[in-house]
Amino acid sequence: MIMKMTHVCVYVLNQESAYDFYTNKLGFKVKMDVPMGKDTRWLTVTPPEQPDLEITLFPVAAGNMFSEAAAQSMKELISKGSFGPGVFTCRDIYATYEELKGKGVEFVKPPTKEFYGTEALFKDDSGNWFSLAQLA
Amino acid sequence: MTEKETISAYPKVYLYKRIVQAKLFIDANYHLNIDLDNISDEACFSKFHFIRLFKKTYGKTPHQYLTVVRIEKAAQLLHTGLNVSDVCYAVGFDSVSSFSGLFKRIVGQSPSSYLAAHQQTKTQITLTPLAFVPGCFAFQHGWTENSNFEEARL
Repeated sequence: MIMKMTHVCVYVLNQESAYDFYTNKLGFKVKMDVPMGKDTRWLTVTPPEQPDLEITLFPVAAGNMFSEAAAQSMKELISKGSFGPGVFTCRDIYATYEELKGKGVEFVKPPTKEFYGTEALFKDDSGNWFSLAQLA
Repeated sequence: MTEKETISAYPKVYLYKRIVQAKLFIDANYHLNIDLDNISDEACFSKFHFIRLFKKTYGKTPHQYLTVVRIEKAAQLLHTGLNVSDVCYAVGFDSVSSFSGLFKRIVGQSPSSYLAAHQQTKTQITLTPLAFVPGCFAFQHGWTENSNFEEARL
């Protein structure tokens, strides 16, 4: 019986810059940071109040997973904002919005009341879209 | 429902800005001897009004939030190899025993056992990095073919 999800993968264009964005701007905590060869590392971060969900920040690189062409396409799609990996929730969306905006996070949509709750949309430093929602 | 209520409709922007500023002030100055009265003054609130709004926004009183920030920074500093008492003073506590007590309450283990556990993990990561990567990811990236990373180090 599957119990819960512990790791998800977010593809990023640059791990160094993603590290800075997810820790210094979003306030996430680094769980694992292990060098894996020359140019890459096993880098996982957790949302501040969810230590058991590791978001692995994966660099897109040609290799087992992607051909050169596929890696190139992936990078283009990510930076164009084709992927929306998930939703983050917070206690107070307006305060969170003010703080993140102040830190230079790019919002695609400001906090807006929808029928399902209040939601904003922001992009990470690579171009991935995330929803920011307020817990009811 | 088709009508959307956008941010222009949220009336208390100025209020949020002050609360957020107070939080950011704590984030930036946690290591100093922060007087929470000063923060509420700067936010132009009465102390009790300020504490109530802060708690509504962040789920903790400013003092509770400051303590958590200090303890989390302490955990990070312990990773860098500083000893427990240096870490205690570096994050703004005056007494090692009260620091250790708070650390244990928030993190679940004492600073010294936290430090020991971290060092053990760190050693293990150096020896067998792949043991820390779930197989699906390692396989996708071809890391399994080079499992001890000797080549990579050379």
